[in-house]
Amino acid sequence: MIQGVQIDLISADRLDNMTTMEKIRLILDDVMEGNIVVLEKGLTPDEQSRLIEVTMLEITPDGFSGIEMETYAAKDAAPSGGGGLFGKLFGKKGPGTRMTVIGPANQMKTIKKDKDLISAWVSSR
Amino acid sequence: MNLFIRTKKRLSKFLNAFFKKRQSRIGIYGPPNAGKTTLSNRIVRDWTGDALGPVSEIPHETRRARRKEGITISNQNGNTVTIDIVDTPGVTTKIDYQEFLEYGMEKDDAVKRAREATEGVAEAMHWLREDIDGVIYMLDATLDPFTQVNIMLVGIIESRDLPVIIVANKIDLPDASASAIKKAFPQHPVIPVSGLEGNNMEELYEKMLEYFG
Repeated sequence: MIQGVQIDLISADRLDNMTTMEKIRLILDDVMEGNIVVLEKGLTPDEQSRLIEVTMLEITPDGFSGIEMETYAAKDAAPSGGGGLFGKLFGKKGPGTRMTVIGPANQMKTIKKDKDLISAWVSSR
Repeated sequence: MNLFIRTKKRLSKFLNAFFKKRQSRIGIYGPPNAGKTTLSNRIVRDWTGDALGPVSEIPHETRRARRKEGITISNQNGNTVTIDIVDTPGVTTKIDYQEFLEYGMEKDDAVKRAREATEGVAEAMHWLREDIDGVIYMLDATLDPFTQVNIMLVGIIESRDLPVIIVANKIDLPDASASAIKKAFPQHPVIPVSGLEGNNMEELYEKMLEYFG
């Protein structure tokens, strides 16, 4: 049998039909089994914030120690106060989310992260 | 005191209770060991003479958000702003108690610290979503700013349209590079300081008056 790490590539279509908590559970349940999750389209900032919060609640001594997550900064992130009332009134779109890789913190490690290149190393359990 | 004045005072008190805008809550955010509590203590001490919390070289010394109310910052031109300072636990996506064993802690203490730290991070994220009006984002200027936590947190802050000042801390250390932080986050003001030594705090206070006033 091939030894290695399972990688799940989740399409944007699949995530689009899910609520925030459904997305977070899908990701965390997968990662807690030792798998690497690749999201075609990343999470919104609010979803990222909730992912951190729920991840913290799942950490146990000698068990799950958290996640390693890699993505690029949102392409059209507005500067501070840049969205403002005008943007809200006239339907300014939120920051464009980008491809994201999430794995167990004890199996995935970032080697190099730059504006346009991310290198990560993954080990099997 | 005649009836008219008493009535006017009561009415004014009543209206104030209903319409008074609360002071802005400024959260000090950043990864563990960036110097958030040291800076919080510096700000609180400079303007009130108090302190906010203990500091330590061991990560996650701050495991509960701490708020100091009514800090009034002013400059020589007479500009003032009164804010609440909220010192928050360092944000991370992973916590392993074994990290604390390397600092000589006993296993039970390390496990307890890790558990409290996870609760603290969750609490910090909750504050950011619900109760924070502006952010001082702290970075250790001796470290690479291009980390996932930094990119993610600045993105979360931007998505909430909160005013943010980035502080490049620890400029008293020889390896510090505020320019690397400016390059990583060109869309925000970056103020180099040493929270420990108190270097360049005046520039930070001026920026706080401008951004949070």
